[in-house]
Amino acid sequence: MNGIHKMFLVVRFRRYSRFCFIYCSIKRKIIMAHINVPEGVPGIRSLVMFRPETGKPLYELAQILLRGGDSPLTEAEREIIAAHVSNRNNCMFCRDSHAAAARCLLGNEGTLVDDVIGDPGTADLSPKMHALLNIAGKVQIMGTEVKQPDIDAARAAGANDRDIHDTVLIAATFSMFNRYVDGLASLTPTDPKAYEEMGKRMAEKGYSIPAPVTSNTN
Amino acid sequence: MPYIPLVDHLPGITGLLEYRKDSAEPIRDLTQFLLRGPNTLTEGERELIATVVSSGNKCTFCTTAHTAAADMLLGEQDTSAKVKDNISTAPVSNKMRALLTIASMTRESGKSVTPEAIEIAKVAGATDVEIHDTVLIAALFCLYNRYVDGLATALPEKDSYYNMLAKRLVDTGYTRSPQGYDHLKKGNSISS
Repeated sequence: MNGIHKMFLVVRFRRYSRFCFIYCSIKRKIIMAHINVPEGVPGIRSLVMFRPETGKPLYELAQILLRGGDSPLTEAEREIIAAHVSNRNNCMFCRDSHAAAARCLLGNEGTLVDDVIGDPGTADLSPKMHALLNIAGKVQIMGTEVKQPDIDAARAAGANDRDIHDTVLIAATFSMFNRYVDGLASLTPTDPKAYEEMGKRMAEKGYSIPAPVTSNTN
Repeated sequence: MPYIPLVDHLPGITGLLEYRKDSAEPIRDLTQFLLRGPNTLTEGERELIATVVSSGNKCTFCTTAHTAAADMLLGEQDTSAKVKDNISTAPVSNKMRALLTIASMTRESGKSVTPEAIEIAKVAGATDVEIHDTVLIAALFCLYNRYVDGLATALPEKDSYYNMLAKRLVDTGYTRSPQGYDHLKKGNSISS
């Protein structure tokens, strides 16, 4: 091997090392959250473990809105609204976890939430739920998108003040949660099994804040 | 006209927080901690984040109220006006510019926040907690703005209402007044 050949190989090796370094840095950035949250903990749970002071009211809000006893909407209907808004915001973690919770709560009619995510217009829902999902979808775009005819249609289908209020607030709340979860690039599991477990926990136990310690348990 | 019956003397968010008090409580607690709790960002800086997001979402009530609160805390009206106009040329520190940029990206969508924007904030000295709080304040005001406009809440009859509200937000914060708000009934312009 002559000198020039050797030099050529050295340059190529350096270029290759640099490529590997840059590739790994980019990959790390894609996988890692934007801030130093506990590793291996998915979505919002990692964020509330990082900052339990804000986690506590966030979980309380979720519990009151999605499980609070005095809403005229069923728990399943409220989870469907949450999954619908999260789907429109392209937030996979929130969509799949709340869809899983809805499936558990719906029992035999579990696939209804998948129909809503696929195309809410064709889902076998009550006229009232169709009208409320229309309002939730507009809230997801922007509050000012909700117009009087949207409200009139919901009332004509049997929605009362609290149905309308709770729908708007759940949609607004998930416009927050979705931004929080994705804005800090928290971990989004891709294994459907992970969501099944989350959905079961959410349906059976509701929303309680995880302990603020670094651990790999969900 | 609001889409649901809300009391006449409480415009914007204030009527909604009295309409359903059990959900209002964690929303108030979250806001109190984020905007008034112990933090390396000043209360004025945190109000600027709320202002920029509300302005981007074109929510008149929230923008005017938080502009008034920011102005009161900063002691001038120039900064809030300029950050609403253009973050990149506004007279703020490089760290605040980077954080306000992250807030604007969060307002668009969580997915719009780029690793580069985070890197710029970190290089400018922002801590992980500051970045976290910026994203969560921005996300929280996406909730508020949608709640306020999604139910078509009323604007105050007089602009002086915002100064009264800002004074309350600066002096006592976001937790519910123990006596409620019936004392405001006689007119929006009368100081609390």
